[in-house]
Amino acid sequence: MKSGETMEAVAVKPTTGAITARRSYESSLSARGEPFLWGLGGALGFGVLLVVGFLVLVFWNGITTFWPKPIEVVTLLSGELVAGEPTRREAFKVGPERLASLPEAAKARIIADDHIARRVLLRTGNFDLYNDDYRWIEDYKIEKVETPSNLFFIERQEWGAFVGRIKSLSKDGAVISGDELTYAFLSSEQQEARQRFRAIKAIEKGEIGEVNFELNQERLKIRKAVLQHGEGAPETKRVEAEVEQAALAMKVRFEALALKSQEIKSQDSKILVTLADITGTEKVTPLSQIVRFYPANDLSLLDKVGIYLSRWSEFLTDDPREANTEGGVLPAIFGTFVMTLLMVVVVAPFGVVTALYLREYAKQGRLVSIVRISVNNLAGVPSIVYGVFGLGFFAYILGGSIDALFYPERLPNPTFGTGGLLWSALTLALLTVPVVIVATEEALAAVPKSMREGSLACGASKWQTIKNIVLPRAMPGIMTGLILAMARGAGEVAPLMLVGVVKLAPELPVDGFWPFVHLERSFMHLGFHIFDVGFQSRNSEAGKPMVFVTTLLLIALIALMNASAVIIRNRLKRKFMVGHF
Amino acid sequence: MNAIVKNTGQSEFESTVCHITASSDGPVIEIKDFNLWYGKAQALFNVTMNIEKGLVTALIGPSGCGKSTLLRSLNRMNDLIENLTIAGGMHLEGLPIYGPKVDVIGLRKRMGMVFQKPNPFPKSIYENVIYPLRVDGVRDRTVLAEACERALKGSALWDEVKDRLDDNALGLSGGQQQRLCIARAIASDPEVLLMDEPCSALDPIATSKIEELIDELKGHYTIVIVTHNMQQAARVSQNTAFMYLGRLIEYGDTEEIFTSPKLSRTQDYVTGRFG
Ligand SMILES: Nc1ncnc2c1ncn2[C@@H]1O[C@H](COP(=O)(O)OP(=O)(O)OP(=O)(O)O)[C@@H](O)[C@H]1O
Ligand SMILES: [Mg+2]
Repeated sequence: MKSGETMEAVAVKPTTGAITARRSYESSLSARGEPFLWGLGGALGFGVLLVVGFLVLVFWNGITTFWPKPIEVVTLLSGELVAGEPTRREAFKVGPERLASLPEAAKARIIADDHIARRVLLRTGNFDLYNDDYRWIEDYKIEKVETPSNLFFIERQEWGAFVGRIKSLSKDGAVISGDELTYAFLSSEQQEARQRFRAIKAIEKGEIGEVNFELNQERLKIRKAVLQHGEGAPETKRVEAEVEQAALAMKVRFEALALKSQEIKSQDSKILVTLADITGTEKVTPLSQIVRFYPANDLSLLDKVGIYLSRWSEFLTDDPREANTEGGVLPAIFGTFVMTLLMVVVVAPFGVVTALYLREYAKQGRLVSIVRISVNNLAGVPSIVYGVFGLGFFAYILGGSIDALFYPERLPNPTFGTGGLLWSALTLALLTVPVVIVATEEALAAVPKSMREGSLACGASKWQTIKNIVLPRAMPGIMTGLILAMARGAGEVAPLMLVGVVKLAPELPVDGFWPFVHLERSFMHLGFHIFDVGFQSRNSEAGKPMVFVTTLLLIALIALMNASAVIIRNRLKRKFMVGHF
Repeated sequence: MNAIVKNTGQSEFESTVCHITASSDGPVIEIKDFNLWYGKAQALFNVTMNIEKGLVTALIGPSGCGKSTLLRSLNRMNDLIENLTIAGGMHLEGLPIYGPKVDVIGLRKRMGMVFQKPNPFPKSIYENVIYPLRVDGVRDRTVLAEACERALKGSALWDEVKDRLDDNALGLSGGQQQRLCIARAIASDPEVLLMDEPCSALDPIATSKIEELIDELKGHYTIVIVTHNMQQAARVSQNTAFMYLGRLIEYGDTEEIFTSPKLSRTQDYVTGRFG
């Protein structure tokens, strides 16, 4: 064949082949998938907006709550005086009946404004005088608004805030008032009074509490002896005599303490302060009952910052007062933290061991599939059901048996046979264990087969391979599961209400009495605190600021715990997953 | 050099043509009529071969012919696979590898294995090398350090890593990782070294290093190496086994396999006409 012929053959070829319609090289819009992309982006944007909006709301309300506000004194057209912190302003629609009862000028203005008027919510305080903490003031009733100096915002141990003036201080009979009654003098007196207050509390709750605790232990000894040896048996008699002796000694101690506290108390009751509200109604109260007071309209920025910080520090480090709507949340922070920690301690080994067995040892078959599906479905069971289960199984059955076996002398008072820290942690562990199992199984499955083979080829047994190679390598994934479980568990409230969370726990679950960690005690929880303050308190308006601050705190606590777990996980990841080529 | 014809079946593949160089120490592994099924699919048919002690044996053949399967059967790595059936026997110096009472872990300790892709553990270089001793429960630091140095020198990696033994092994280059895996395989002084395409992920320089290494190791260890690289097989091995479709077709002295194979099928494959 000559080269010319080949050339010709090639040149001719295209004409002989079937030529189809020219294909379009322009891809359609739907082929490029852009509309879907917009949809996805929109959905993401919406989600992010919701989350960010929520966070901003909580954050802003949370951090501004403690900032001291000025006190406005409103003179109404009727001549009445009202003083308070403006809390909230809003527009509202004036109904026809109310409109009819108004004077002409106001009526005309409101009608011109589309029947809309404005009103302000004043935090008037003085619940003991007015039977209310808050009052709405409509703008058409107002004659004038002033912010006069020398008005005090006074936070009290009981009855909530007082808004008004400080008239006089009576100290050991002498009355100090007028110009002598300076802010500095009052402050130093109040500091001293607070110290006395704390001293009384320390004696009554601390030392007398200790004596009571020991006394109770002694009494239980008798019960125990009676249960062991029977009533009137010689051993019982001996124990009774011993307890008698010990109780006598304690009684002496108790009386000494009571005397001491009585002394401070009587001293304390001699220092009284006379407060007067804006209309002049007077109220006499011991100075030690005043937690914090400040001249709201005469504050410099620095003063405000100081008050702000002192409120935060009280919030973070003190017990609650006024049905939880004021004071601190330390017991709740502590309870949440300890319970979550305990839950992780329980759920981690439990979940990991289960997943390890399911993935590495169990024969993969129908049974394992059923177990796996059931575990995944557990995550969808309403959490309150876990609460019911926890109460019925953990508290009543398990706890009841523990009581019968180890604490018979305390019955019928339950020790473990009721809600408590341990049962809460176990209930939440049950609730969150599916997350850990699923995450761990995924992590185990993601360990490269080549690594296992490498280990086995070195003569390692299956267990050695799992322990030395598989588990360390799967650790970051397991940690991810634990982080998710922790976040879920720390924010869960509903089941806890059944198994151990209370509105106000008298004692922290960790204290100085043996065995130091009291797993049977009920505890406070930030999540429940939010619910309680927001929806169960006498005045939901009073609880509102606390709801935001506590929510902020709970979110911060969870974020903190998660952040530390994430740091640990990333460290592990760096260790086990780097590699290149 | 003798041709054994057995199991005369219909096809030419039913028999193995065998003309190997025998070692003065005799065979270390004897495989007899070995069959293996993955579920219902048979992957190995009547494989019969002796692996000579102290020599390098290369396994060649087209992809999917069962080289890896055979190699992994030697140290029972296939035990991990479900639905695996085997028939026939293998003996490691008289010990039946698939005997009922055999200690699989002890068996694997006598055979080091190097995989196609380097698979170092996410641990330090030091811990990687001494892993076989760790699982044996060796605690003595001096023994461990000596073993580590010996193994790393043996795999020609010592000079590159001696100052960074505590670094993570995953930070090494691919070739270094593969040599690390070889060091790990020889750290506990096994009798047989099984290598499944050890150079397939490496560049020519790393490859030649590993080939040199194999050259140095032979004599001390018995080496079985799977490779797709004909030159490599020719360079490093004394005996070569050609497998096809799960059967051992021809097994003989490397030089003869590459220059004057007994079967045309082998000839075709080693000259690159099919496969
Ligand atoms: N785990 C397994 N399950 C089922 N079949 C398998 C499995 N491993 C290998 N096989 C099959 O067994 C046959 C032999 O596979 P093997 O991996 O031994 O081939 P090979 O010779 O090593 O090939 P290559 O050179 O590509 O590595 C192939 O047909 C493969 O599909
Ligand atoms: Mg292979």
